[in-house]
Amino acid sequence: MHIEPTATDRIVVVGGGQAGADFVAALRMAGHQGPVTLVGAEPGYPYARPPLSKAYLSGKATAEDLYIRPPAMYEQQGIDLRTGTRVTAIDRTARHVVLADGERLSYAHLVLATGGRARRLPAPGLDAAPNVHYLRTLADVAAMRHRFVPGARLAVVGGGYVGLEVAAVARQVGLDVTVLEALPRVLARVTAPQVSAFYQRVHTEEGVDIRVDTAVTGFAFASDGSVAAVELKSGERIDADLVLVGIGLVPDTELAEQAGLAVDNGIVVDEYCRTEDPAVLAIGDCTSHPCGEHGGRRRLESVPNASEQARVAAATVTGSLQPYTAIPWFWSDQYDVKLQTTGLSTGYDEVVIRGTTETGRSFAAFYLKDGLVRAADVVCSPRDFTAARKLVAARARVAPEALRDLSVPLKQLL
Amino acid sequence: MPRVVFVRPDGTKQEADASDGASVMQAATANLVPGIVAECGGELSCATCHVFVDEQWLGALPARSEDEEEMLEATSEEPTDASRLCCQITLDASLDGIVVHIPKTQK
Ligand SMILES: Cc1cc2nc3c(=O)[nH]c(=O)nc-3n(C[C@H](O)[C@H](O)[C@H](O)COP(=O)(O)OP(=O)(O)OC[C@H]3O[C@@H](n4cnc5c(N)ncnc54)[C@H](O)[C@@H]3O)c2cc1C
Ligand code: FES
Repeated sequence: MHIEPTATDRIVVVGGGQAGADFVAALRMAGHQGPVTLVGAEPGYPYARPPLSKAYLSGKATAEDLYIRPPAMYEQQGIDLRTGTRVTAIDRTARHVVLADGERLSYAHLVLATGGRARRLPAPGLDAAPNVHYLRTLADVAAMRHRFVPGARLAVVGGGYVGLEVAAVARQVGLDVTVLEALPRVLARVTAPQVSAFYQRVHTEEGVDIRVDTAVTGFAFASDGSVAAVELKSGERIDADLVLVGIGLVPDTELAEQAGLAVDNGIVVDEYCRTEDPAVLAIGDCTSHPCGEHGGRRRLESVPNASEQARVAAATVTGSLQPYTAIPWFWSDQYDVKLQTTGLSTGYDEVVIRGTTETGRSFAAFYLKDGLVRAADVVCSPRDFTAARKLVAARARVAPEALRDLSVPLKQLL
Repeated sequence: MPRVVFVRPDGTKQEADASDGASVMQAATANLVPGIVAECGGELSCATCHVFVDEQWLGALPARSEDEEEMLEATSEEPTDASRLCCQITLDASLDGIVVHIPKTQK
């Protein structure tokens, strides 16, 4: 075992996902010359996850296409990349982390970018079933690939973005798809009823059997332990060759908890990504951070959030404090339907639809609170998205009639 | 290996090597060129990869797609005729040495 001397100016990053990879790049861009070690539990180079449920799953992108930075970057920038290596403990007093093989790495600053893992469906026998899949990593896709073939019957548990994106790719590949959602509508946690209805219509048009208000009560297993059917509360059985469970994410906060850092649905950080320990920062999906727009705290699961926090943390570490001020945004691709959202729609008191959700595949939904535009979901209109972003950034007060009026370009409302 | 010359708002130049078939955006992120954030990773969703293509190179580029055209309206800096989302510029030998200017408002 190799024990490092404690005096060091090294920055150690735990987690080689979007936030970790963006952080080491941002750190060098911010001028930090000292040693940087990025420790990631997954094998291989850091990669972007969004294509896992889109271009990569459909076979249009290769694993190399997913790299966040080209492999050569790490070497050129002198970044000590240790992938396939898990950090098992943090010693905040001695300022080092412990790796799975017992090695210790001392740090001047520690950045936790541990993301999260797919929430498991608790049902007897499910964990052992070879045809029950989750979608968070490249390994998850590798595990389901050979079953993801034309004619296979796919049951998707959970009607969130990941489940719906997989359903879309599956239809394009030629699988038979049923989506099972417990709530009365898909995407219920993130969007307005009109937008949910739009997605339900599109998926139905594409041949997906969308079932809302549907409680999964159990599974029927074949003799080899794989799931043969999903059992519903109604008594119905959905025969399946594979099951995709997309019911959300559990942030990886155990390391932080064990190290005595505050955790509240995510590692608690301030607007500079600092935990209560001045030597420890946290970024990305695993953080609970102050919510500038609405007050309180929030945890976001998106690439723009991971990238922005990476930049903020790099600034903090290099001594120039720049608070997180970016307005959250997100995208989702399903079939030919490109969704771009801006702002956070929680807490709205009025939804204004520009265009129609009942026919066609392009519209915008604006979320207003006290008459101010707080968020927007824009489907298949990059032009309206650009304008919507500006309206949200300005917290513009726009009359609902004006937003609805398709003869008035949104740009004119700025 | 096509090269890209990035010109920062303060006039300093940064040369980057890219591989054939890579986009100008990828050349930027591979070489840590500041000001090209590229949040969506080239999926034409974010408009944080805006550049102004140097005049002498404009003619060498294929036209903007409709989506790119629309997304350009969302950039932080006012777009011009020379504006491109650089994830949409694919490099090959004919673009070796292409010069692009980074908008000053892009962080
Ligand atoms: C299928 C799918 C589709 C998505 N689509 C979109 C989209 O369209 N748009 C969008 O904005 N976002 C999308 N997201 C969300 C986006 O991918 C995440 O928000 C982003 O990856 C978060 O980055 P992160 O670095 O915080 O976490 P992650 O990318 O999850 O990275 C965390 C890494 O830390 C590692 N780790 C954890 N604990 C340890 C430890 N103790 N030691 C070492 N390593 C550790 C993990 O193995 C992992 O590799 C999608 C996500 C998924 C899964
Ligand atoms: S990188 Fe997002 S639009 Fe170019």
